[in-house]
Amino acid sequence: MKLIRLTAIAGAVLAVCFSIGDASAQNRKIKVATEGAYAPWNFVNSAGKLEGFELDLGAELCKRAKLDCEFVAQDWDGIMPSLLAKKYDAIMAGMNITPKRMETINFTAPYAAGPHGFLILKSSSLAKMPGGEYSLTKDLAGAEKAIEELKPFLKGKVLGAQVSTTNLNWAEKYFKGVVEIREYKTTEQHDLDLAAGRVDAVVVAHSAAKATMDSAVGKDMAIGGPAFSGGILGLGVAVGIRKEDNDLKAAFDAAVKSAIADGTIKTLSMKWFKIDMTPKS
Amino acid sequence: MDFDFLGETFVRLLSGIPLTLELAFSSVGLGIVLAVALALMLRARFLPLGWFADAFVFVFRGTPLLVQLFLIYYGLGQFRPELQEMGLWWFFRAPYYCALLALTLNTAAYGAEIVRGGLQSVPAGQIEAARAFGMSGFTLYRRIVAPIALRQALPAYGNEIILMIKATSLASTITIMEVTGLAHKLISETFRSFEVFFAAGAIYLIVNFAVTRLIWLAEHRIAPDLTLAERTAELH
Repeated sequence: MKLIRLTAIAGAVLAVCFSIGDASAQNRKIKVATEGAYAPWNFVNSAGKLEGFELDLGAELCKRAKLDCEFVAQDWDGIMPSLLAKKYDAIMAGMNITPKRMETINFTAPYAAGPHGFLILKSSSLAKMPGGEYSLTKDLAGAEKAIEELKPFLKGKVLGAQVSTTNLNWAEKYFKGVVEIREYKTTEQHDLDLAAGRVDAVVVAHSAAKATMDSAVGKDMAIGGPAFSGGILGLGVAVGIRKEDNDLKAAFDAAVKSAIADGTIKTLSMKWFKIDMTPKS
Repeated sequence: MDFDFLGETFVRLLSGIPLTLELAFSSVGLGIVLAVALALMLRARFLPLGWFADAFVFVFRGTPLLVQLFLIYYGLGQFRPELQEMGLWWFFRAPYYCALLALTLNTAAYGAEIVRGGLQSVPAGQIEAARAFGMSGFTLYRRIVAPIALRQALPAYGNEIILMIKATSLASTITIMEVTGLAHKLISETFRSFEVFFAAGAIYLIVNFAVTRLIWLAEHRIAPDLTLAERTAELH
């Protein structure tokens, strides 16, 4: 009897050990970097914790991909070099897919997409810029015509944009020589300078612009001019992953697909952006 | 390491040197005027002047330059209507002037202490002797105090100039594209931080090498006996 009991206990212990072993084999531990300064995508709340659309979505995607994810904050201008240096394994930081970035890293399927444009002061002469919606992917000629029409309004003005963003690339491509372009480390900083009147407009994603307008610093701000998307403004926001990490890409791809399919992304998008930012396939 | 890329980066960063040097030398130039004024205030018999100088040095030496820069740039940016009323907004609107102001006030605080140390090192006997010769006030300062104080203060001031050249890199945090600003931009375009920072570091090193030589020459001119004594001591 004693022997049987001992065997049973040993068996139970072994079983526990194996199941733990199994769990750790299934749930790969990874670190996910976010900026923590790009509300409502990701930001640091009053308790000093990371919060936002991408934190909620990240937790959901990791659960579906059977990953143990730890979110870490990383300054935007070093976010890709640090991924390559293996300080973390994935980036979820409102980062758009662009051909240029794809030379260096890989992206999963996009989990959100939205237009970009100008954030201005309500009192500014730029409020007279015509509106509209243009896609640089679907109708490049139409979009470029609309951009030409903006130039008389913007001539001699100062534009702000965050360094290393598609917004900055877009501004430099189309408005270099027409405006003075200043580069900021974070969007929070260019929002402060817009409020102070040091820049006449900032180029941002409309999602971030709306969050600024809802905050104290943005009470006199409005979105001015048309909305632009696609092309060099990016092909949607996705998880950034090292090129050789194909397993991780496959796991996230499947998770993103299922979160789009069952409406999870729509729900989270409505919660954080008040609009549906689900990418249209 | 990719040497072609390193070379390219180096050349691109060179275009930031004029702005780096302009910021460094303007702030050191303006800062030294303020520093001498503050050092004289520290020694003034009228106490409130001394208290003011003390408080100034305490605040600007005791807080990080980056915090001062952000307070002046983003902090004062929130008082635009008041500054406009005072007619000062044109100054605070420009990132360059804000950086120049922060650097100047910071170096003035350190400089004031260096100048004060130099003034204090003037032996009392020399001053007494000068007074015995009938010198007083400005003549006494010009002939006796200033030359001795300058000789004492110059090595420490040289150090401060080098620190200021490096401190200009903080101006990149308020959109100024000097060497470090350009380096950050290049990294964000290429995602290669090692080569870019390596090139940026080399540029600061070269600039500071030239500056240390110039300071040494100045020291040698002002106090040939001291530098000569150093060199003979090294030989023995």
